Amino acid sequence: MDLDALGSCLATPACVVTQTTSGLIVGMLLFLVAAGVTLIFGVLKIVNFAHGTFYMLGGYVAYTALGVTDSYTLAVLSGTLAMALFGALFERTLISRFYGANVLMQLLICYAVVLIFDDVVKIVWGPEFHAMGMPPAFQVPPFFIAGGVVPPFYAVLIGIAALIAIVLGLGLSLTRFGKTVRAAAINPQMVSTLGVNTTVLFATVFAIGGGLAGLAGALAAPVRSLSPGMGFSILIESFIVTVIGGMGSVAGALVSALLIGMVRGFGTIGFPKFTDGLIYIVMIAILILRPQGLFGRRS
Amino acid sequence: MKGHTAWRDVAISAVALIAVLAIPLLHRSPAFEDFIIRLSAMALFASSLNLLVGNAGMVSFGHGMFYGLGAYTFALTMQLTNVSLPVAAVLAVAATTFAALCVGAICVRLSTDYFAFITLAVQMLFYSVIISWQTLTGGDQGLRGGIPRREIFGFELTSQLHLYQFCAVVAVLGLLALRHISASPFGQTLRMIRDNEDRASFLGIVLWRARLWAFTIAGGFAGLGGVLAALFVSGAYPELADWPNSGQAIFAVMLGGVNSFLGPVLGAAILLALNDVVTRFTEYYGLVLGIVILVFAVGLRRGVLDFVRSAWPGGAR
Repeated sequence: MDLDALGSCLATPACVVTQTTSGLIVGMLLFLVAAGVTLIFGVLKIVNFAHGTFYMLGGYVAYTALGVTDSYTLAVLSGTLAMALFGALFERTLISRFYGANVLMQLLICYAVVLIFDDVVKIVWGPEFHAMGMPPAFQVPPFFIAGGVVPPFYAVLIGIAALIAIVLGLGLSLTRFGKTVRAAAINPQMVSTLGVNTTVLFATVFAIGGGLAGLAGALAAPVRSLSPGMGFSILIESFIVTVIGGMGSVAGALVSALLIGMVRGFGTIGFPKFTDGLIYIVMIAILILRPQGLFGRRS
Repeated sequence: MKGHTAWRDVAISAVALIAVLAIPLLHRSPAFEDFIIRLSAMALFASSLNLLVGNAGMVSFGHGMFYGLGAYTFALTMQLTNVSLPVAAVLAVAATTFAALCVGAICVRLSTDYFAFITLAVQMLFYSVIISWQTLTGGDQGLRGGIPRREIFGFELTSQLHLYQFCAVVAVLGLLALRHISASPFGQTLRMIRDNEDRASFLGIVLWRARLWAFTIAGGFAGLGGVLAALFVSGAYPELADWPNSGQAIFAVMLGGVNSFLGPVLGAAILLALNDVVTRFTEYYGLVLGIVILVFAVGLRRGVLDFVRSAWPGGAR
């Protein structure tokens, strides 16, 4: 524990800006993954333990696409679309067999998929770490805010994630599709009776969730290195985010992802060895004081 | 549960124990003995989890915490003090049981999904404490330096044969105790809560108290499994308390069958055997295990032993 370092960091604007930026990066990536988890849980009542796999595969697909097309934009798009397709496929072939089944059975299926694709990645891309490298467009000098370094790519990444948050929020509350999704979250039988094809709806929700995770993986690839099993830690964190924010709440996922991001950003200075522990303490405290999460409805 | 089934259980475990103990007298196979030692730790771990999952319907994702705590408490007691092995083991189980009581007091009132997440969070908190408290636990390197294996009752646990016998006896006695608990009125109460908690509540059962008992007992037995694991690896490692280890136990339970007492033991045996066989042929253990799990889950839709018992008309109760 190093409270002096934390205090002196909070006193210098440069350090605050740097740590806030890195906290925002963590938080925004986490939000993209957790938004999918919470959306899928909200509508399908499935806790998707394979969500980290989408994130990992999104990163790897983007890595390969970058090598082929030499365009980072296309790489991100292909990572996102590939995972949206994969999500729909996963829902249709496996998850749909286990609706209403034992939670543990769903967990088992998801874990099997995690195990399989961790090894598939090892076979296709090799067990070693891959670095995607910063796209050339962003290899420019960073700008400074109050003396703190902010790489341009970070700003773009945060911007894209914020845009997604807005689109997702408005889309769910205003569009016809968003309203159908929210209705299906409350009563899927009724929605089905009213003539909505819930089979397509469920697959679409899974595709959106998978696509968001793939997008997060593709966006994270230049910042973090790619490795098999990289989906694992983000999976745990996105669950923490989902639980803190309230299962099924996209707004909650945004707030708690940013909260976790900030705890990470500043925790690494104050409690370098116990940052994870700090996050678990936050989660336990929330679960005891407000089990339904910050934005969750009491069921 | 009637008296004669209790005697039947004792008879079955006696026969099993005698058979296991007799094998090394006929044929020594270090690989097999290794397997049984690991299985005894894992079987206790998985079966104790099934007291929660199968009987009480409480899905705990954080059961590895108690396995790890048992291993660390035992190994540390042996390293830091001069107490004999059984005393250290009892101490470790007592400490784990108490820890389970404390954790349970926080967790058991939450509903299913949240219970799963909070147990996971508490376990991960414990894991981070192990990692960051380097002076005591050795951090991510694990607790090394070995466990002084003092002789007990003429048993020398440095000999693999004696360790094998010790683990087999402890595991069979532990499983028998768990079986007794799950067959007792208390076990019946847990199953009633699982099936219909409102009805159980109307009948005057205090739900959280029964669940807390189950959680505490399960934690204690997981700690006993941890003691055996610590003996086998001659130390303790943070991986024992990490969440993939809790996952292993859940898969053992699911693979074997939640509704059969011996299901988790069979599941643990399948997982361990699969690990041993597959790693000999390929480095892609996860790929093979994943496919096996998928085949079982999609094909059988339940654990192996549950499936066998339902397919066998006379066998299912």
